[in-house]
Amino acid sequence: MKQKLIDLQGISKSFGDNLVLDDLNLYINQNEFLTLLGPSGCGKTTTLRIMGGFEAPDRGKVIFEGQDITNLAPDKRNVNTVFQRYALFPHMNIEENIAFGLKISGKSKQYIRDKVRYALKLVNLDGYEKRMPDSLSGGQQQRIAIARAIVNEPKVLLLDEPLGALDLKLRQDMQYELIRLKNELGITFVYVTHDQEEALTMSDTIVVMNQGYIQQVGTPEDIYNEPCNAFVADFIGDSNLIDGVMLEDKLVEINGTKFRCVDTGFGKNRPVDVVIRPEDVELVIPEKGILTGTVTGLIFKGVHYEMDVEAGGFTWLVHSTQMFPVGSRVGLYVDPFNIQIMNKPESEDEEAVQGEE
Amino acid sequence: MKTALQRIYLALIAIFLYAPIGVLMVLSFNESKSRNHWAGFTTKWYVSLFENKQIMEALYTTLILAFVSAAIAMVLGTAAAIAMEAMGKKLRTYTMGVTNIPMLNADIVTGISMMLLFIALGMRLSFGSVLIAHITFNIPYVILSVLPRLRNLNPSVYEAARDLGASPLQAFGKVILPDLAPGILSGFLLAFTMSLDDFVITHFTKGPGLDTLSTKIYTEVKKGIKPEMYALSTIMFVSVFVLLMLFNGISSRKSAGRAAGKAARSKKADRSETDR
Amino acid sequence: MKNKKNIWLSGPYLVWSAAFVIIPLLLVVYYGLTAKDGGFSLEYITAVTQPENWKALWLSVLLSLVSTVICLILSYPLAMILVRSRLSSGSMIIFLFILPMWMNFLLRTIAWQNLLEKNGVINSVLSWLHLPAVNIINTPGAIVLGMVYNFLPFMILPIYNALSKIDENLFHAARDLGANSVQTFVKITLPLTVPGIVSGITMVFIPAMTTFVISDLLGGAKILLIGNVIEQEFKQASNWHAGSGLSLVLMVFIVINMIVTSIADKDGEGALL
Repeated sequence: MKQKLIDLQGISKSFGDNLVLDDLNLYINQNEFLTLLGPSGCGKTTTLRIMGGFEAPDRGKVIFEGQDITNLAPDKRNVNTVFQRYALFPHMNIEENIAFGLKISGKSKQYIRDKVRYALKLVNLDGYEKRMPDSLSGGQQQRIAIARAIVNEPKVLLLDEPLGALDLKLRQDMQYELIRLKNELGITFVYVTHDQEEALTMSDTIVVMNQGYIQQVGTPEDIYNEPCNAFVADFIGDSNLIDGVMLEDKLVEINGTKFRCVDTGFGKNRPVDVVIRPEDVELVIPEKGILTGTVTGLIFKGVHYEMDVEAGGFTWLVHSTQMFPVGSRVGLYVDPFNIQIMNKPESEDEEAVQGEE
Repeated sequence: MKTALQRIYLALIAIFLYAPIGVLMVLSFNESKSRNHWAGFTTKWYVSLFENKQIMEALYTTLILAFVSAAIAMVLGTAAAIAMEAMGKKLRTYTMGVTNIPMLNADIVTGISMMLLFIALGMRLSFGSVLIAHITFNIPYVILSVLPRLRNLNPSVYEAARDLGASPLQAFGKVILPDLAPGILSGFLLAFTMSLDDFVITHFTKGPGLDTLSTKIYTEVKKGIKPEMYALSTIMFVSVFVLLMLFNGISSRKSAGRAAGKAARSKKADRSETDR
Repeated sequence: MKNKKNIWLSGPYLVWSAAFVIIPLLLVVYYGLTAKDGGFSLEYITAVTQPENWKALWLSVLLSLVSTVICLILSYPLAMILVRSRLSSGSMIIFLFILPMWMNFLLRTIAWQNLLEKNGVINSVLSWLHLPAVNIINTPGAIVLGMVYNFLPFMILPIYNALSKIDENLFHAARDLGANSVQTFVKITLPLTVPGIVSGITMVFIPAMTTFVISDLLGGAKILLIGNVIEQEFKQASNWHAGSGLSLVLMVFIVINMIVTSIADKDGEGALL
């Protein structure tokens, strides 16, 4: 049975004239790995800081295990934060850094020693007690920052782009490490990132945000396969985002070509946004395609080839393990299941949101 | 060739800056009371110095004044610097402007302006008035020493301490203050030295009967400076020189060692991380 | 730490500054603009045009300008050498400022008498080298020397700071793009150190122009600078109105300097230290 741990109710926050969060509602379940994902300035960090107690919302409530903690100071909350640039205390060694919270809360010496050793083991840095923070690499500092937070046994760990300063390889390693930690500790993680790949890899739930609004909440699969609007589709992974007209149920027209699809209930002759993932566009011999076109660009990407195909007045992005040289005539085929139909944004507000990209 | 020229140039400037100091040191060992001729080597001034009540009193006043004014300036200046870091651009610019006034203003104008204030207030010109004046010109040095440290502070460090359960006061005392300490300390030392070396402002804000070393020397100029003054200055200079050498030696060895260790360790760390 | 509540911590300092910086300056303005009977009067401002005052002011400006130029010429190459030697600015501050100050500034200045006298150290060395003697003691030349000696560090430090802030790659880039070393200096180094030069100039010019001690000690008490006139008005004649009036004239120069400094120090970093 899932249980609400944190419940954000109608949160609004602005800095000066800049409205950062507008009536945001979100709950986080016990033992969930939830990721706030969005471009910079979307309000994800502010949301996290409100949970940590570093910002007070202008309106709305933060409920933690049924208690209203909206105005509770950070030191009185049973949550801990891993900061963007680690924020290790530069004048304390690793042991003192990790023990900081425990000392403040008056734990016994023995308890603190055991806890520090346990935490260092957990992050694979045993034996680093006496080192100074500036003698560690970025990845190691990162793990100390995590150790420092978790020794306090928070119910929730808040992580603010913790891997942002690391290089690619290390970032990928740390992603697995974080998943492992989460499973070992059995606590709730709230994770902020602008990296969609990171979000897809680690999360149980992804919250896609833009301009202070939640765009979509769902599992990584939901978000990837069924983006609910053009912003999400465009932000998560590569996609072909095309204007279309829903002629009738299960039939959409794109630039004059009719495609069969599986979506229903849009009515007749309704303008829609169509999303087709590049790996879902199949290149076939011209006769077998729904429409035909010419390859105009080709890049080798390692696992697959990325090709641009001019067809039906649109440049399609195609990922395929099969290579077609530039200039080839090809047919394009898309399985009806792989065509995602979305409503056009209704308000001008949302339009602006898209334009922002 | 080029570096040789550079060395010669450096040496010439160093001689220019330190030659008078050398002269004074030599004079402190001169048998004659006159500074114009050499009458043989003696260390007697170093003994009689401690029997000269006036000089000892002036020394005492100078040191107390420097210490108290630097300490008070340290507190006020550090608080002001922390506040300035929190200010918006406009307010900050104004505060910086006020801070620059004592630094850019001519000492003579600062001195007479404060003298006019003390007299207008009916205050007796004495230790108190000189102390206020010294605090006033010392605060900017503290602020300008602390501000860069504050700017380099990782803003999340304070929040991290709060996050880990520290109250605002604990977070400040355990995390912020230790981080600012080098800036605060160098501000204090700078202020102490400035106060020690000041003549002009003390000259205008002091009353009769009170003398610092500077004002004492100024009154002696016409009658002839007592050789004990040279001896005292030499002692002060040499002791600070030795202290600084010791301090610098320790801190540079420490930082050099740390840097070397850091380089070695980070190499190792890189390897272990790419290995995995 | 950027907590807005922290702004209140500046309260004591701002109150202190208002009481002991701003109000005293307003008092100077008040005394400078009033006569002895307390009525408004410009007589003590216009007193600056009296021949002996005018002469003192003119001499002050002249000598301090000369000193400033000499300081600049000496400092720039020195700062460049120091930056290349990668001396830490900390040890430089100690070497230039802190350490000499522990030898009293009056004594250090008096020591120049010993060095400059007819039979002093410098002339002994010169005659040993069979060079002509210099006789500048008790002349404006000695005062200029005293000014340069006392204020040279204030020129070196800001230029050094400005130079050490320049990213070395800029020089490499300039050379890479075909500039020779002179062109690199003129087009890259010099423009980037203008703020340092400006603050150096203000830090030397004002104290030099307003000094009364250096002229007292090295000018043989015969040469009066504007600082000497003001000092005598206050300490000997006890004529505060006259002293304040002349101080106001000085403040015109100081204010111009402050404005120039604040323009050079655009980011409010406090370029002085």
